[in-house]
Amino acid sequence: MSGSADTASVGATKAEFPEVPFAILNADGSCDPEYRELIDDADVVRVLQTLWLNRVIDQRFLKLQRQGRLGFYMTSTGEEATTIGAAYCLRDDDPIFLTYRELGALLWRGVPLEMLMNQLIGNGQDVNKGRQMPIHFCFRDWAVPSISSPVGTQLPHACGFGYASRLRGTAQVPLAFLGEGTASQGDFHTALNFAGVFRTPCVFVIRNNGYAISTPESQQTASESLAIRASGYGFPGIRIDGNDFLAVINAMGQAVERARGGGGPTLVEALTYRIGAHSTADDPSVYRSADEPERWRALDPLERLTAHARWRGLFSEEDERAWRESCEARISALVTACEAWPPPPLETLFQDVLRDPGLQLRRQRDRYLAYLRVREPDAHEVP
Amino acid sequence: MSESKSMNMIGALNQALDLYLERETNAVILGEDVGHFGGVFRVTAGLQEKYGVERVMDAPLAEAGIAGMAVGMALGGLEPIIEIQFADFIFPAIDQIVNELAKYRYRSGAQYAPKVVVRTPYGGGIRGGHYHSQSPEAHFVHTPGLRVVFPSNPYMAKGLLLAALECPDPVIFFEPKRIYRASQGDVPLEYYTVPLDRAWTMRHGEDATLVAWGAMVPICLEAAALAEGEGYDIEVIDLASLAPYDSATVERSVTRTGRLLVVHEAPQTCGFGAELVAGVQDVVFPYLEAPLRRLGGFDTPFPYTLESHYMPSADRILFELRELIDY
Ligand SMILES: Cc1ncc(C[n+]2csc(CCOP(=O)(O)OP(=O)(O)O)c2C)c(N)n1
Repeated sequence: MSGSADTASVGATKAEFPEVPFAILNADGSCDPEYRELIDDADVVRVLQTLWLNRVIDQRFLKLQRQGRLGFYMTSTGEEATTIGAAYCLRDDDPIFLTYRELGALLWRGVPLEMLMNQLIGNGQDVNKGRQMPIHFCFRDWAVPSISSPVGTQLPHACGFGYASRLRGTAQVPLAFLGEGTASQGDFHTALNFAGVFRTPCVFVIRNNGYAISTPESQQTASESLAIRASGYGFPGIRIDGNDFLAVINAMGQAVERARGGGGPTLVEALTYRIGAHSTADDPSVYRSADEPERWRALDPLERLTAHARWRGLFSEEDERAWRESCEARISALVTACEAWPPPPLETLFQDVLRDPGLQLRRQRDRYLAYLRVREPDAHEVP
Repeated sequence: MSESKSMNMIGALNQALDLYLERETNAVILGEDVGHFGGVFRVTAGLQEKYGVERVMDAPLAEAGIAGMAVGMALGGLEPIIEIQFADFIFPAIDQIVNELAKYRYRSGAQYAPKVVVRTPYGGGIRGGHYHSQSPEAHFVHTPGLRVVFPSNPYMAKGLLLAALECPDPVIFFEPKRIYRASQGDVPLEYYTVPLDRAWTMRHGEDATLVAWGAMVPICLEAAALAEGEGYDIEVIDLASLAPYDSATVERSVTRTGRLLVVHEAPQTCGFGAELVAGVQDVVFPYLEAPLRRLGGFDTPFPYTLESHYMPSADRILFELRELIDY
């Protein structure tokens, strides 16, 4: 990946979007005083805590998956400055259209950990009734629509939601995430074109983490930037260092404000790196050298924000250790509690296809229950 | 006798692709992660190394582009073999497959007949939830102009894939991913084909006929073995090709047994079982001892936690068979 231009705005879009720096944090954690006000001390600590919580959850669920206690898992290690930073700039009722790699956005939004874990485990307490694979979250009360596996399908949704928001006067600004691989999908181009044509309030954030499973960014696009595509759709695209929390909130804050103020959509390309495997089903050693992630660890968003906090005199090593330990303990207790819940009741299998099950499905259900009554007379309560 | 080797379905498919790329220099492979990585299920492992990046291509993440590009490649004289990483992700490509690939020969008065083989892993049983479990064959069977083929074991996989590759028609080749590795068997190392559009009797029996394809074939064989323990003699037919399909073999069987149960994973309503029972009933009606019956998935999206209830099992097949035999 390239892209260490000193300014982030590209092409014809410069005029529309204020100049924003590609990166803000210096190597020693300091920053130019004018950017210090982007975030106050209390929030720096809260963000760091969220970042740590994200890491602890990722590590724990990766382990649970290896132990066979979870079907599947995907980490977002290395990308949290982008996921948390983008969510940081939103109002609580701004919908977040997610992919499977933005746990940080949900943590920042404040979705209770227990609800996240019930989904990951797929137990009977899951608000989605255990119907989807782990990480395919949906929490309407937190303005988080349902995550889908087919990549890119959420992008036109964000555009449509933005249109609804304007027409109904709710002033909500939808945020949609995608990976750089997904920028190859038709839905990405369609969404951007519609957003441009209807000037919908919304922000698209590309987590350019270098890979789509095994496929490097260089095989997704011949263009040197993804941000530049926005100008072809008539709105600004900007490229930032996605591992620099301050650069993320600086750019995102302006994009969200612009959308809320009627200025239309923005495309933000955040350069970052997927430190872990694509998923628990992936083996990255086949397609990248072991030292490549190590090189990126030097740019770890957690380290960089920690350095910044220390520069401000916040979040000492002792604070960090105490917080990490409290996260570990909290997650351990929650995992035990969430694993103890039984699976969703059998009748949920047949619900919610339409509002009420139709005749064919009712008959299928009755026949299956008849079978179960014969095979395991005590096992299932008949609804 | 030519040499053979015990291998799983992935190895058998890989061999078929290797042999075909070697023989037919116009054949190319295009798909997500199929090149250097060798595919997320490793079916194309080693092929880019052997045949180069021009013939084994990593595609950008866009199924519509993959399918559309393949149609164009075929119009231009190549023989594209595309991989859709999971059958669930074939839907972004549906316009290119259904409106273009399937209709090109007909609409051009056969001036052009783009031939593309679409390989795609399908089916449940891997804890894949809604989008890594579906069996969308009915959509394609319902699209005139496509062949739809399902291997059920390594021998069939290699032979059917080579036949699909030789066939002048577009083929949707559904690979049962749940038994990619579990299904193991002797496979000749040489080039051979298994003819398309015929069904295969996998087990002879007199009391009832089970018809299935892909991953449901071994489940039906298991059910037949269980049924044998109860004194029932069950015939099992692997349909292998759903479009066009060999109704004659099924009719001959049901004429003898008087009973038919079709088993598939896809939702029952409008699943291929509906076609099969309707398609054979004219011929078999006078011989029936029980109604023609289907056992499919429920008419719901494919579930996650409750997956085991959704998938037809050998035990449920036995339950249905018992009822048909005692009818
Ligand atoms: C339509 C579709 N095709 C294929 C897949 C399989 N798949 C899952 S994730 C993925 C790569 C996505 O890469 P990217 O968009 O860069 O996001 P990242 O995983 O790097 O966060 C692929 C190919 C899918 N989920 N959906």
